[in-house]
Amino acid sequence: MLTHNHEAVRQLTVCNSCRYCEGYCNAFKALTRYRSFDKPTVSHLANLCHNCRGCYYACQYTEPHEFAINIPALLADIRAQNWEQHIKPSGISKLFQAKLWPYLLMTVVFMVLFSFGAGVSWVSSEPFYSSISHSALVAIFLPLFLLPWIALLFGIRGYWKSVGGSRVAVSDIRNALGSAATMKNLSGGQGQGCNYEAAERYTHLRRWAHHATMYGFLMCFASTSVATIYHYIFSLPAPYALFSLPKLLGVVGGILLSCGTAALAVLKWKADTKLGSANRTNGEYAFVGLLFAVSTTGLLLYWASGTSFAAAWLIIHLSLIATFFISIPYSKMVHSLFRLAALCREAQIQRLASAG
Amino acid sequence: MSELLAAPEADLTLITPGEGELVADIIVVGGGNAALCAAITAAETGASVVLLERAPREYRGGNSRHTRNFRCAHAAPLGVLSGEYSEDEFYNDLLLVTKGNTDEALAKQVIANAPDCYEWMIRQGVLFQPSLSGTLSLSRTNAFFLGGGKALVNAYFQRCNDLGVKIMYEATALDIHIDNGRCDGVLVNHDGQQHYMRAKSVVIASGGFESNKQWLQEAWGDAAKNFLIRGTPYNRGEVLKRLLAHGADSIGDPTQCHAVAIDGRAPEYDGGIVTRLDCVPFSVVLNNKGERFYDEGEDVWPKRYAIWGRLVAKQPDQIAFAIIDEKSSKLFMPSVFPAIRCDTLAELIEQLGLPTDTTLASINEFNRACTDGEFQATELDGLATQGLTPAKTNWARPIDQPPYYGYSLKPGVTFTYLGVNVDNTARVTFDGVTADNLWAAGEIIAGNILGEGYLAGFGMTIGTAFGRIAGSEAAKYVNA
Ligand SMILES: Cc1cc2nc3c(=O)[nH]c(=O)nc-3n(C[C@H](O)[C@H](O)[C@H](O)COP(=O)(O)OP(=O)(O)OC[C@H]3O[C@@H](n4cnc5c(N)ncnc54)[C@H](O)[C@@H]3O)c2cc1C
Ligand code: SF4
Ligand code: SF4
Repeated sequence: MLTHNHEAVRQLTVCNSCRYCEGYCNAFKALTRYRSFDKPTVSHLANLCHNCRGCYYACQYTEPHEFAINIPALLADIRAQNWEQHIKPSGISKLFQAKLWPYLLMTVVFMVLFSFGAGVSWVSSEPFYSSISHSALVAIFLPLFLLPWIALLFGIRGYWKSVGGSRVAVSDIRNALGSAATMKNLSGGQGQGCNYEAAERYTHLRRWAHHATMYGFLMCFASTSVATIYHYIFSLPAPYALFSLPKLLGVVGGILLSCGTAALAVLKWKADTKLGSANRTNGEYAFVGLLFAVSTTGLLLYWASGTSFAAAWLIIHLSLIATFFISIPYSKMVHSLFRLAALCREAQIQRLASAG
Repeated sequence: MSELLAAPEADLTLITPGEGELVADIIVVGGGNAALCAAITAAETGASVVLLERAPREYRGGNSRHTRNFRCAHAAPLGVLSGEYSEDEFYNDLLLVTKGNTDEALAKQVIANAPDCYEWMIRQGVLFQPSLSGTLSLSRTNAFFLGGGKALVNAYFQRCNDLGVKIMYEATALDIHIDNGRCDGVLVNHDGQQHYMRAKSVVIASGGFESNKQWLQEAWGDAAKNFLIRGTPYNRGEVLKRLLAHGADSIGDPTQCHAVAIDGRAPEYDGGIVTRLDCVPFSVVLNNKGERFYDEGEDVWPKRYAIWGRLVAKQPDQIAFAIIDEKSSKLFMPSVFPAIRCDTLAELIEQLGLPTDTTLASINEFNRACTDGEFQATELDGLATQGLTPAKTNWARPIDQPPYYGYSLKPGVTFTYLGVNVDNTARVTFDGVTADNLWAAGEIIAGNILGEGYLAGFGMTIGTAFGRIAGSEAAKYVNA
């Protein structure tokens, strides 16, 4: 249902006879392999694109030229349509990709649930976990954690099939993770950075902001996982000391995540919306905003504990986390997995080609 | 479009030599590669510079925004350039394409300057990339710009901004005042008004006149109306015309332009690189009477594409049609507009609007003249027709495997050869005498070096080398 397919073919055909942007990213390198662009190919290229915008500012055919080339916007739209199409139910995906209010609404609903349902008082200086019992937390979060992952797994599988992916080799995954870990393609191709927020100038800000966000997120995730292991395997329940592994990971990760998402939001605000997926800007802000709120309220929890805000903070924080987990497959968070899939597929195509 | 772009009649009464304030130390006319190189070089010395660009900001950069590489000599691998490309080999390549029609001293000056240009460009923020796919043959001689010429132009405009160059868009130079070898100022149309702007030095880098169809018609007659212009619509040669009227020495054949055969559906202006069609060597090419007129397989396409512009320009209505069949359809770079595709030749001929009988007869005659032999797409395979005039001397395979594909071809003008003469400091000469403070660079002087023919990537080398010379000489004059 890619309404853009005709337009995609038109624009990509111009690029394919031009190829001036080949050195910017692997989407362009992949493009030159094709002579025509069917839907799977277009989707594959779209999910390889990072929206660095190098190919827009370098293009001699952008509007007002009649060829009206705008590859970053075109591919951003197609990417989002891919997510919406494959992550079911599509209606929910569309809502969360485009709008801000579903996130707000969900957070508020959780706040109400936590305070009334779990019977937690907003004004309390009780220490961290005594506000809400650990088993209550698990009972609420486990399904929240699992259901989205099911939607996500099916979605990625659907995408993988739609682009014609075959059995994955370990080297494909290693390759893909390598590119993702360094955000190789955000280097701009020649290490000059990208044009995301600074129009014709190249900067490294977005790459750094994205790195901070990604690694911050992974550290927070690791912190939670370590804490879970401590809790169940070593019977060491929270709270933890500052120099414990869960707390170190959590604090450093939280700071990185807060700073990274704040920077991403500022960069997005500076950047030209015409070069992104125009109708989904609010959803994108909501997503970085949510990540920022999750990590910042999490960090402030350390300071709030012992004060009379402790319980209120905890409710807000947990509501945000719950919102985040439920929205994972429906928010822009999915870009990471689709991107990984695309990188895997690209590694696979190249491996199969070199194998003859 | 061309009428819309015509500059207003110059109001010569506004030219008041010696009177009025100086707008800057140096005025640079143009906003392409040569102008930007001159402006940056001059501004780096501390001189104040005003740059006049006729185009609006979104179309800034002249033909330079359509380029992809520049040719550069190097003794050892240099950046993205592989192997060695000696100055002698470079010069020999130039002699081959120009058949000796070049100013040896100026040509060698540019060639020797090229490696320096490469380093300088990087310092200004230009980025290079490895040779584009499909152009590996150029990886030794030509350095490709990352993102192409528009990215290069962007980098230079930023550098100009950083250096405090005052950039005026939609500012058209209409005339200059020159008296006794001294240039006093420039008459400029800007914001719907004409202004006389004075400066101590003036650099002219306003390109050729290829977008001025009236002027092209002077040499080509009505045929020029059907020409497509591959680059900017803003290079209309106002300043060149006035310079020649003021007695500047001209150089280059006024009746010649560099034209290639491009897709007939390309826009009238600014179609750029993507409108090229590389199918000719594998095609049968017919005019609109359905007749063949030239050996399509004379040589590999990069060596022949430049003559096809003129060949098509000489056909009725300046149009031709290339027809191929399925077996050749993937042998060349993909084209920007999809080919017209039909299951039978008769249908294709009808869709192309060609006369059925003569066209079919031409193709049948061609098919019958094809001989058996081994086909080699990437080299001269000697697979020639027998007893056909004109013959097709390579890659001659019958057009007989459906579906069939057709493209229309029209002449696409790249640049004009007429320009002004300069000395080795880029100063314009008038009657053999060098002007004190008037410089020229880029396409407007390229005729000194590229008297005829074309060497891929050399336009940008000439513009960079001479733009920098003009800028530094103009600054030297001001700062003295
Ligand atoms: C499609 C295409 C591809 C090409 N590819 C290559 C390539 O890969 N490598 C290469 O070396 N060469 C290439 N060329 C040739 C190359 O473009 C020229 O040699 C080169 O750009 C000339 O630079 P220039 O600065 O002299 O002129 P331009 O870049 O054309 O700049 C002229 C400038 O002057 C301005 N101007 C014109 N009249 C006035 C006026 N009256 N007042 C004020 N401003 C004025 C114009 O708006 C423009 O900004 C290509 C040309 C075309 C058309
Ligand atoms: S974005 Fe523009 S300059 Fe880049 S390859 Fe496509 S058409 Fe060419
Ligand atoms: S926006 Fe950047 S990553 Fe996307 S296609 Fe263009 S150059 Fe590649």
